[in-house]
Amino acid sequence: MSLGVILFASTHFAIRAEKLAKAKGLPVKLIPIPRHLSSDCGVCLRFSWAQREEIEAALNEAKVNIEGIHQLA
Amino acid sequence: MRERLIYLDNAATSHPKPESVMQAMEAFMREIGGNPGRSGHRLSIEAGRVIFETREKVAGLFGIRDSSRVVFGQNATEAINLGLKGLLRRGDHVITSSMEHNSVMRPLRGLEREGIEITVVPCSQEGFLDPEEIRRVIRKNTRMVVLNHGSNVVGTLLPLAEVGEICRSHGILFFVDAAQTAGVIPINMEEEKIDLLAFTGHKAFFGPQGTGGLIIGERVNEKNMEPLKRGGTGSRSEMEEQPDFLPDLCESGTPNGVGLAGLRAGLGFLLGIGLEKIREHERKLTEMLIRGLLKIPGAIVYGSKDAEKQCATVSFNLEGWTPSDLSFRLDEEFGILTRVGLHCAPSAHRTIGTFPDGTVRVSMSYLNTEEEIEQTIQAIRQLAQKGA
Repeated sequence: MSLGVILFASTHFAIRAEKLAKAKGLPVKLIPIPRHLSSDCGVCLRFSWAQREEIEAALNEAKVNIEGIHQLA
Repeated sequence: MRERLIYLDNAATSHPKPESVMQAMEAFMREIGGNPGRSGHRLSIEAGRVIFETREKVAGLFGIRDSSRVVFGQNATEAINLGLKGLLRRGDHVITSSMEHNSVMRPLRGLEREGIEITVVPCSQEGFLDPEEIRRVIRKNTRMVVLNHGSNVVGTLLPLAEVGEICRSHGILFFVDAAQTAGVIPINMEEEKIDLLAFTGHKAFFGPQGTGGLIIGERVNEKNMEPLKRGGTGSRSEMEEQPDFLPDLCESGTPNGVGLAGLRAGLGFLLGIGLEKIREHERKLTEMLIRGLLKIPGAIVYGSKDAEKQCATVSFNLEGWTPSDLSFRLDEEFGILTRVGLHCAPSAHRTIGTFPDGTVRVSMSYLNTEEEIEQTIQAIRQLAQKGA
């Protein structure tokens, strides 16, 4: 199963996104940001790449700013 | 076991705290304890979740949708300093009232020396503000009106919605110091057109000391805001410049995680009871106290003398007594704890006519009982009969 991560400006938004995704029944997990994506010391939201559209729609609806979406190799 | 005390200094800090507050703080120290927003491990994330949930609760209480606009700090004083110093610039004009605490007055007097103009609008001897007085002193360069919601000396409530309306129609920012009312009197920032609100965690929110914050409404552009301090935020780590988004812009350094865990539990306690019930209980105690005091020969009660128009803080004096002697005897002989003096609000005491001697202040919380108020009235009556 292919995975992706969503990056946010800060932990506040990452935790908010996690809560929103879980409320929609989408399996997600907060993980440290992979070094090749950013040098931030915070966390990002890991999700199943197949559910990308659903997650993005949920975050856009709640006006959570997304800094970047990346597919993990 | 210490003797049973009657604690009536809740306007300074609430006591006792609900058991759940202590439990939440212990659980944070024992089981969570990570540094929120710094690392990616589970204990850091869990600490981050605690702070996130505290932010959400505060935002919900004031009708704010985006909880990232709730910025935590040490206390309401820090929040007031952030709001004033962060937004006001040389040449700006600010309006405030004569009922303010030094948490507002002192930063304003400091800013005055830096070229910011201040107008202090007088209030009535009961502590009331006529909103039209605000309208009358608005100038072309008026940038902000800053007002307390409830007086820390006499509990008088100021007319937020009316002043909010005036400010909005003139394009002026409206900043409210809700230290004495947040958690008792409902405040909706949107409905009352409040742009900035300072709150404290350790009074009616039942949280620990060292918690408080500023809510920055959506009409305030944070890009023009100067933080009080800069430093590590866990975000934008590659940059040596401070992040320009909230809450990180105004929250540098490791936060008071354990304190905020306690604050979250305190908010949970008060939301579980409901503001309406809290306000009604405090209103009843206030009415009882005012009526009881007015029946004591020689007692002078200040402020509105109307529990509907104030929060649960009452100031009084007894003829022939200095406030400090009276307060000391109440403590020594009856275990009743009050606060005397000027209550960090010299301007408010000038307004009610009690400067420089001050008053004895009785301030109640939801956890005080009618029995305690009855005992307090009886104790004051006994002292009044004995004489100083």
